[in-house]
Amino acid sequence: MYKYDQYDQAMVDARVEDFRDQTRRRLEGKMTDDQFKPLRLKNGLYLQLHAYMLRVAIPYGTLNSRQLRKLAHIARTYDRGYGHFTTRQNLQYHWIKLEQAPDILAELAEVEMHCIQTSGESIRNISADHYAGAAADEIMDPRPWAETLRQMTTFMPEFSYLPRKFKIAVIAAKEDRAAMRWHDFGLRIVKNDAGEIGFEVYPGGGMGRTPFIAYKSSDFVPQHQIFSYLQAVLRVWNRNARRDNIHKQRMKILVHELGEEEFTRQVEEEFQHILTLGTDFPQAEYERIAAYFTPPPFETGLPDEIDRSDPDFAVWVDQQVAPHKAPGYAIANISLKPIQGIGGDMTAEQMEVVADLAERYSFDELRVAHTQNLVLPHVRKADLYAIWQVLREAGLADANLDLVTDIIACPGLDYCTLANARSIPVAQKIAERFADLDRQRDLGELKIKISGCINACGHHHAGHIGILGVDRKGTENYQLLLGGSGDEETSQAKITGPGFDEAGIVDAVERAVERYREIREPGERFLDTYRRVGMDGFKEAIYG
Amino acid sequence: MADDPSAGGPGGGPGTLEPTPGGERDLLRFRDDPAPDEPAVTLDTFLDQSNAVSVLIESGDDVRRLAPVLDRVRLVEIDFPKFRDGRGFSSARILREMGYKGEIKAIGDVLVDLIYFMRRCGFDSFAPNVPLDRTDVESVLNRYPHVYQHAAADDVPIWQLRHG
Repeated sequence: MYKYDQYDQAMVDARVEDFRDQTRRRLEGKMTDDQFKPLRLKNGLYLQLHAYMLRVAIPYGTLNSRQLRKLAHIARTYDRGYGHFTTRQNLQYHWIKLEQAPDILAELAEVEMHCIQTSGESIRNISADHYAGAAADEIMDPRPWAETLRQMTTFMPEFSYLPRKFKIAVIAAKEDRAAMRWHDFGLRIVKNDAGEIGFEVYPGGGMGRTPFIAYKSSDFVPQHQIFSYLQAVLRVWNRNARRDNIHKQRMKILVHELGEEEFTRQVEEEFQHILTLGTDFPQAEYERIAAYFTPPPFETGLPDEIDRSDPDFAVWVDQQVAPHKAPGYAIANISLKPIQGIGGDMTAEQMEVVADLAERYSFDELRVAHTQNLVLPHVRKADLYAIWQVLREAGLADANLDLVTDIIACPGLDYCTLANARSIPVAQKIAERFADLDRQRDLGELKIKISGCINACGHHHAGHIGILGVDRKGTENYQLLLGGSGDEETSQAKITGPGFDEAGIVDAVERAVERYREIREPGERFLDTYRRVGMDGFKEAIYG
Repeated sequence: MADDPSAGGPGGGPGTLEPTPGGERDLLRFRDDPAPDEPAVTLDTFLDQSNAVSVLIESGDDVRRLAPVLDRVRLVEIDFPKFRDGRGFSSARILREMGYKGEIKAIGDVLVDLIYFMRRCGFDSFAPNVPLDRTDVESVLNRYPHVYQHAAADDVPIWQLRHG
């Protein structure tokens, strides 16, 4: 994985001092809270209901054991002994004191980590396929591009105060595991007929209160021009977006208002101009960065069989293990969705256990998935049993990847000032209802996503089953949605009809799921059945 | 955010943190030519009046409209009605890309934590609503040792340092 050189380290160290100085000036009353707010947000410090939340960037979801141990140390020293992995492959702490935030940044900088641009109106942490470098179906590892763009988009002066946040995702496989078209700027690495590398570009996606799926603005931007293209998109948006209503300032709204054709035309015009400025990084810089992502030295001649004699282990293998490009190796997914737990939460002790596993069995590498699970990307199949035993001991051996209890839920009213309804208790009640693993496995892939307000941090628009918490005359009410997806056939979920109370939504989910079980055809996932029969096929079962 | 003030911006001489005397407003200027004293007029007026030399760019204005008359512009004032309205950053950089060498002044809600990025976008004078603490200005302008990318100022990006 990437290693900082003296320049990267100097920039992160300077950011620590910058933020320390900004915090000092705020605490001394030299700036107002209004003036301080965007500054702290650009450094991931966000005021929630009970305390400050600090969001740590995990670029493209890649971590090593030393970094995860540091995250555990910070959880123990400055927070309440745990952290929360997010849908942008980051980690956040929910109980932070403002005065301690600069010290936490200094601790992070020791392990080449930071909180730069993890919140606020900035270019956020760039996400990527969490199987990058291991997946059997990728044309190349997308992370060198994500890292190059991370550097190029750090402290971009022209885009110091964008209209809103801006999210980038990079993938390099046919299968989309990163919900790329739900981003402001989605990139798929492709090869053209001449064998040259370039990007398909998808601008204008995003969830929130007005969801849009990104459209394709270019079939092929040559690799050495991608930074110019990105600047063109940012400039068209920065100059033309509304500034009068924060809910209408995301780029997706501008794309919608101008129309795809006109937005593309303006971007193309700006792109041709920016190309003349010579701001693109050279191929040598890409190659320097790519060298850090050389595949690890995989052993050859390893056995491909897995001893499945322990039935509990066999279930875990079937559910949590994905194919790896190297023979004898596998990708092992670690569930952070225990039935009684809070999805994405991990204790400091669990972090240390997983750090040890990564160091010992996975070439010291770990990934965070946008589904709020962890990944050991490069493990020998022969080691899977030993890994599973350690995970089981640590309470991390749930076998529910992509099943009905692998739920994404936002922090909701339990933590967040924006929320209208609680999300975590709803997720827990659904998980309890479907706790039986045989039932979950019979139902197959089924992605439930829950948001506690229309800002959609729980990605309900992209759920096979989505749940949106709203406030109806002072009581929490939950709308049910069906048919969303963040995969390569991206779709937006639709509302079924009138909402439900907290107990009612769990029953409604179960009725929808049972309806699927009755009418599914062999091999059909819930989403496939929904796409075949449409909302009408489910409505009566849900509402009677 | 660390621009080196001694390097000077596009068309600028050595920077100074001394306020220029004369105006009521706090003024921070990084140029050594005499400051134009004609009042700035709005973009529409400027385009109509062939003898005007100072133009005010409001945050919705398209600075590319100045292209045909760029040779008579001596001062561009770019207004920041709210510090969070970042359109002026693009306006300044676009002016420099058009080859404009004259003064670009940021006016309005200009805060100390903005000016490093403003310098990098080509601003070379500042007239904030609220005076800036000169010690804070000095530290924000000198904090960051490098930059990751080109902007309007002639900073050398890190990738160029790496590859010579």
